[in-house]
Amino acid sequence: MASVSLSEAEKVYIVHGVQEDLRVDGRGCEDYRCVEVETDVVSNTSGSARVKLGHTDILVGVKAEMGTPKLEKPDEGYLEFFVDCSANATPEFEGRGGDDLGTEIANTLYRIFNNKSSVDLKSLCISPREHCWILYVDVLLLECDGNLFDTICIAVKAALFNTRIPRVRVLEDEEGSKDIELSDDPYDCIRLSVENVPCIVTLCKIGYRHVVDATLQEEACSLASLLVSVTSTGVVTCMRKVGKGSLDPESIFEMMETGKRVGKVLHASLQSVLHKEESLGPKRQKVGFLG
Amino acid sequence: MAMEMRLPVARKPLSESVGRDTKKHLVVPGDTITTDTGFMRGHGTYMGEEKLIASVAGSVERVNKLICVKALKTRYNGEVGDIVVGRITEVQQKRWKVETNSRLDSVLLLSSMNLPGGELRRRSAEDELAMRGFLQEGDLISAEVQAVFSDGAVSLHTRSLKYGKLGQGVLVQVSPSLVKRQKTHFHDLPCGASVILGNNGFIWIYPTPEHKEEGAGGFAADLETEGVRVSTEASLRTSSCLLLAMKWNWGALWSPGRTLRVPAAEAPSFLPSLAVSG
Repeated sequence: MASVSLSEAEKVYIVHGVQEDLRVDGRGCEDYRCVEVETDVVSNTSGSARVKLGHTDILVGVKAEMGTPKLEKPDEGYLEFFVDCSANATPEFEGRGGDDLGTEIANTLYRIFNNKSSVDLKSLCISPREHCWILYVDVLLLECDGNLFDTICIAVKAALFNTRIPRVRVLEDEEGSKDIELSDDPYDCIRLSVENVPCIVTLCKIGYRHVVDATLQEEACSLASLLVSVTSTGVVTCMRKVGKGSLDPESIFEMMETGKRVGKVLHASLQSVLHKEESLGPKRQKVGFLG
Repeated sequence: MAMEMRLPVARKPLSESVGRDTKKHLVVPGDTITTDTGFMRGHGTYMGEEKLIASVAGSVERVNKLICVKALKTRYNGEVGDIVVGRITEVQQKRWKVETNSRLDSVLLLSSMNLPGGELRRRSAEDELAMRGFLQEGDLISAEVQAVFSDGAVSLHTRSLKYGKLGQGVLVQVSPSLVKRQKTHFHDLPCGASVILGNNGFIWIYPTPEHKEEGAGGFAADLETEGVRVSTEASLRTSSCLLLAMKWNWGALWSPGRTLRVPAAEAPSFLPSLAVSG
């Protein structure tokens, strides 16, 4: 993970401030930094999104391709995740340096999507045992300023919301050979329902309290963090502890409750922003990377 | 708890949003400044094809017959006598390497550092072995520039009681071109925070200590006392205001007398009372 070097006194200062609910940028312990979300930034993908949380910048692209379903789930499509930590974010990620972090994030994404209700995989099936849609979700880390998991999950959810999969029909000949026909209208697509896609809330333990949305400096002061994956209704789908410190079971319970509360608000804000963006229609001014 | 999510908004070009009386002549590398050959060329310019061309992005400054281009965003170029705030990156044989946002790491020699107790003696081998006890990697110090080497690297010294290791506080990084050279760079704001304006763009904000310690030589970083809530809040607000000011390009940071003011043609003066009431 990108790290920043701090003196002992600076760390003590941050820890003392957090005990009094005063973070370095003036936020409270449960406040997020301002989030900017924009979808449909990459034109040659089925769906894309760019999310900026403070100085953390993530770009997600989703491409839908046809393939064969997995043997154990013949009537479902599936998602494949790949995370690229680019050297843009920090020189530590040059060459193979970012691979470890990338596989860690990708494995976390696989885990939180590994249940029946996150994404309706049956809608991705074209014909059982033969054809299905595979969604390749590629995450690109452009800039890192702490709190990667939250931002990546928000971006993945926004990109899946923006994904448009072309509608196909399976035609059967008299001999039994199947043909796949793409609809003539380029705007005839199916959209995914992202109601149940979870979002990760990272809670870092600093001193006796825990904070949401830690910056790089705060992450350097924290020894243990809890990643809680929450859906929009407050249901926890997956939980993971990171860091070399230990966590008391009581504090795990408190952090989980905070994660559920914060997660519900996060989902509500994201839904309203995505719907607002969609309501602006095709005439909305795209900001992209040169704004 | 607060959560703000919004759609991105394109940035407006600066000339539209800012109304200036005296327009600054802004140039980018390759722009022609003037075709008049009577001028002497200063930093940031070069002569090509009978005209003066800019080599950096910045504003053109003209002093009588000298034309130079002052870069808006640049690394710190050390001058003797500047006060800088730096972070120790390496501990070497008889010196420390200090990061000061310049092209090369600055150097703090063991002989330029005050020994605890203020004694004056030749540094021995034991002092060399105990270097890590004084300053470690990651520590912040305030120092003054003693000399500039021929390659541009800067040599620092902390031979005064007001310099030395910095204790609890928060560091704000701005562009070095924003900090003007003044008579004093150590300020005590009336809101309970104190500020060290480093010429290299590193600004250190810390809660004002209740009593000034003499004789420590700037070594003992006070890790014990928890910052009183008022002064912690004050220093955090000051740092947020500074970051905001930098983001919206409110001009240079300098301090005539006690108040921290930001002189720009249109921006209101930015007083610490803003920090307390904001």
